[in-house]
Amino acid sequence: MGIIELQHVNVDFPDKKREVVHAVHDVNLTIEKGDIYGVVGFSGAGKSTLVRTINLLQKPSGGNIKVNGTDFIKDGKQVISNKDLQLARRKIGMIFQNFNLLNEITVVENVAFALKHSGLKDNEVEEKSLKLLELVDLKEKAEFYPAQLSGGQQQRVAIARALANEPDILISDEATSALDPQNTQQILDLLKKLKDELNLTIVLITHEMSAVKKICDKVAVMQQGEIIEKGNLRDVVLHPKNTLTKSFVGGSLEVINTLKSLNLSNLNDEEAIYQLIYSVANVTKTIIIDLYREIGVEASMLYGNVELLDDEPIGTLLVLVKGDNEKQQQTVQFLEKEQVAVTRLNEKGDLYE
Amino acid sequence: MSSWFNKVFPNVINLGWTGDTGWASSIYQTLFMTFWSAIFGGILGIVFGVILVLTKENGVKPNKFWFNLCDKIVSIFRAIPFIILLAFIAPVTQIIAGTQIGMNAALVPLSLGVFPFYARQVQVALESVDQGKIEAAQSLGATTWDIIFNVYLNEARSELARVSTVTIISLIGLTAMAGAIGSGGLGNTAISYGYQRFNNDVTFVATLLVVILIFIVQIIGDFLAKHLNHQNR
Repeated sequence: MGIIELQHVNVDFPDKKREVVHAVHDVNLTIEKGDIYGVVGFSGAGKSTLVRTINLLQKPSGGNIKVNGTDFIKDGKQVISNKDLQLARRKIGMIFQNFNLLNEITVVENVAFALKHSGLKDNEVEEKSLKLLELVDLKEKAEFYPAQLSGGQQQRVAIARALANEPDILISDEATSALDPQNTQQILDLLKKLKDELNLTIVLITHEMSAVKKICDKVAVMQQGEIIEKGNLRDVVLHPKNTLTKSFVGGSLEVINTLKSLNLSNLNDEEAIYQLIYSVANVTKTIIIDLYREIGVEASMLYGNVELLDDEPIGTLLVLVKGDNEKQQQTVQFLEKEQVAVTRLNEKGDLYE
Repeated sequence: MSSWFNKVFPNVINLGWTGDTGWASSIYQTLFMTFWSAIFGGILGIVFGVILVLTKENGVKPNKFWFNLCDKIVSIFRAIPFIILLAFIAPVTQIIAGTQIGMNAALVPLSLGVFPFYARQVQVALESVDQGKIEAAQSLGATTWDIIFNVYLNEARSELARVSTVTIISLIGLTAMAGAIGSGGLGNTAISYGYQRFNNDVTFVATLLVVILIFIVQIIGDFLAKHLNHQNR
């Protein structure tokens, strides 16, 4: 039994023209205790809406939601009282893209706000708040106002605040999307560290696959309100089944940016772009040379990258292959035999149709 | 100096400093009416403003009935010109204040006259608080009272100081009209002892005092709005 169980969850929004928008459609998701579970997808895919149903910031229109053994929603009806929901929410921390700190009170007061109903005495609240700030390495900024802090620092305050009531679950809703790469890395490292120290379960929503690759164990890919693929991160990255997933796992943003900067506007019929993803350990041979030797096609490299996935090096290559239709097919077959995940892209970095 | 003043402002001197018609009395009356109707009207305005924000469609406690009720009350009272409101609610004033005339009686129409204006301003100020902050508070298990006081009212405090200043200034304007029901005050002095008796010097000095009063309120309000703001906006 998972710590978070979503069964057949639907979220419908009434449109202005009385049409219904299915923001989330029949989603089943079980998250086990101790997971760092990534939920990825492009904006508008329904990731945020889905994850907000976990603490009922978003009320679902149908389905069952059970968190930490407590039923929240059964058959689309709220079965937890509002009072109990308030208590349960204190055990589900949440951080946001815009940090959402209170700007008119100091950093330490922000953390203390979360402890308002903890039953602790004033001096104990202050002591605990400072301890939490120490945990995120910001004790010296305790008396500052949020606006005086950088984005990364504000997000760390938000983390301290979210952890104040010692939650079992931490939901991160695009928490690194407003940050620069360096701060993003810092926040992700911090989340991973805290997960181990505090025995947390983390749900990480993001549109950046790179963030998921850095810290998640499991991942679910969302498209148009549905989960189209889910599983262990390694399986999903190396053996993506769905075409959208294939393009997503490649480190999409960098790939797209690379292709855009190359300005490949006039691909002829005999040219094709492939994204290759593989475990470096599996591919001992030099596949580009082998391609030429075995099939006789030239592959020029457009982009290459190696990332560590739980200490396992995973390579991403973007190649331009020249050859007729038959050669192209042989190329794909050859690469798949070599346990490489192949996705054909168009010159803009989107899926080739 | 003093003989020059005597010559240019003879009627100003005649009114004297103390006494029923004296300058000290009218200044006191204006301050008294402004202060107490700002308190009563302010409380009403904040209560209505908060209810409007909480009960709106996407609010923390959505409730069509309360939203519509408060919304209509505010709209109706805003639509009545103040000078008509004075007469219109005279029976209510009689019940609450025990009299229909004088400074105390004027507090009833002044409070009712200013509160809808203030309620709308409070509503706008509170709606400027980022919805994300409300969500964050909810995710922390905050109660509705926490959200009202710690999030809405506290986060909007600089904006509230600003709209309160605007409201108090317009309230000073209303107190001038309250002279119609014998409330006294600087406005009454300007009209009854100045304008209606062709004592232009009295009108001039009364106006000058009102302008000074408004300037002081504006300066204090600006200072508070700046001092209470810790956000980069």
